[in-house]
Amino acid sequence: MTDVTDLGIAQLRDGIRLGTFSAREVADAFVVKVSKAKALNAFIVETPDHALAAAKEADAARAAGETLKPLAGVPIGMKDLFATKGFQTTAASHILEGFKPVYESTVSQRLWDAGAGMLGKLNMDQFAMGSSNETSYFGNVISPWRRGGGDNAPLAPGGSSGGSSAAIAARIVPGATGTDTGGSIRQPAAFTGISGIKPTYGRCSRWGVVAFASSLDQAGPMARSVQDCAILLENMAGFDPKDSTSLELAVPKWEASLSGSLRGKKIGIPKEYRVDGMPAEIEALWQQGVDWLKDAGAEVVEVSLPHTKYALPAYYIIAPAEASSNLARYDGVRYGLRELAEGQNLQDMYAATRAAGFGEEVKRRILIGTYVLSAGFYDAYYTQAQKVRTLIARDFENAWTYCDLLLTPTAPSAAFALGDKGDPLAMYLNDVFTVPSSLAGLPAMSVPGGLDKGGLPLGLQIIGKPLDEQGVLDAGLAIEERAGFTARPQSWW
Amino acid sequence: MSVDTATVKKVASLARIAISDSDAERLAPELNNILGWIEQLSEVDTSSVEPTTAVIPNTLRLREDVVTEGKQRDAILQNAPQGEHGFFTVPKVVE
Repeated sequence: MTDVTDLGIAQLRDGIRLGTFSAREVADAFVVKVSKAKALNAFIVETPDHALAAAKEADAARAAGETLKPLAGVPIGMKDLFATKGFQTTAASHILEGFKPVYESTVSQRLWDAGAGMLGKLNMDQFAMGSSNETSYFGNVISPWRRGGGDNAPLAPGGSSGGSSAAIAARIVPGATGTDTGGSIRQPAAFTGISGIKPTYGRCSRWGVVAFASSLDQAGPMARSVQDCAILLENMAGFDPKDSTSLELAVPKWEASLSGSLRGKKIGIPKEYRVDGMPAEIEALWQQGVDWLKDAGAEVVEVSLPHTKYALPAYYIIAPAEASSNLARYDGVRYGLRELAEGQNLQDMYAATRAAGFGEEVKRRILIGTYVLSAGFYDAYYTQAQKVRTLIARDFENAWTYCDLLLTPTAPSAAFALGDKGDPLAMYLNDVFTVPSSLAGLPAMSVPGGLDKGGLPLGLQIIGKPLDEQGVLDAGLAIEERAGFTARPQSWW
Repeated sequence: MSVDTATVKKVASLARIAISDSDAERLAPELNNILGWIEQLSEVDTSSVEPTTAVIPNTLRLREDVVTEGKQRDAILQNAPQGEHGFFTVPKVVE
């Protein structure tokens, strides 16, 4: 008897359609796995009834001989950044603790309309600010992975979508939503040996997604295979009049068009991504990736993205600036926490509420954002950063005259131990390979490539032209087919 | 550019975040460290470059000027820390 929790999105969908197992059996199995995995702290709220209701509907539809919806009865995890009607949505913050939206985000609504069910709200870095899941008000998520040799130091699952990555790697959910502002889907995917794609900016509606940096935020799927990512993305993406930056384009049939053959494709290797101090194992995996893509029929060329080194500092002006503006809404008036001592006035209430409700990293970024936007500094910091952003986007446009896709490592290291990067700047540098494509709004994906000496997963990143999710997914599949990545963490939770 | 504790307090006040003197003393070097690193952007020649306004070319749409949603007062107030008589309530601002 197969353990259904070992199956991915496609296998669960097909098995439910064929009647190999019922949706109820699937939901029950995952609900049990979730409830037993408390040690991972991957969920802020568990929602078994939501998953069971979707399963019931799928089984009833099948019994009635109806055509099943694209994700009928498939249970998934929902990052706590997505507003879910009637279910607490906090962005892992204290200031939104207890907030139960009276509306549903467009992306989650699309998934429910497709028949999926929700196992729970996944833990994350607070307001998606972090790369290790250590900034959540609800505690760290612990990666299911451990280094070999009896080293049981708890490891970071990556961030900010760390609950999503940990839950998928631990096989307590088959897939989940993530969001990516500077790498928050790709870096956690790389740290936990799973796949994740950030689509082109504008593919997925931002409506009902708690805003961090609106010109960068983009939702995307995380799962254990490229095909599963394609399936989920098809059911998340699409035009939404409620988001002014939503692209008015039909959703391509990414799954049906998937092909691991890259004949005729040119893959660029950006030389500026060979950063000082990069571990030899990552260098070696990158070369292995080149060989895999050549084997799939692609031609590999070296390209230059000369402004790469300025991407991170530009990002750490633009993202905090947008955050300081977006997070001004948390004022203790309309929703969330209110701190008001006897005799205090309105201004005191704002300041006390925000002091009590935001975590340290969130405050740090709001302060940086406020500073760079303040009178006298705006042009020197913010305008300059937006100009540099133009140059970074131009670098990519130039590269596309020589190649169709780019191949890079996803992160400069394997997962680090929780508490290892106490200095905020050291943490920011972790996003060095993912931030440039975010600034340019490009589709990019991480797929597992192999393990390091300590037995921890390493990821490869594919970056594509605007709207070429298909090219990105195809190259991801070509790597997946050749990497044969089957490693999984041994259960200790 | 160096940020001192007085600047930290001023910025925190602009951001409406209450901070103590010890918070400001801790934050000043942290912010200086980050801002010092960001400073490297000034070495990029951007004299003939326009700032980014949209990463993916997109035109803002216009829609008919009609009510699309409404009459949801109670739903809107549902998560308010304090609401009375169908309004959000705040401490008295006019004496």
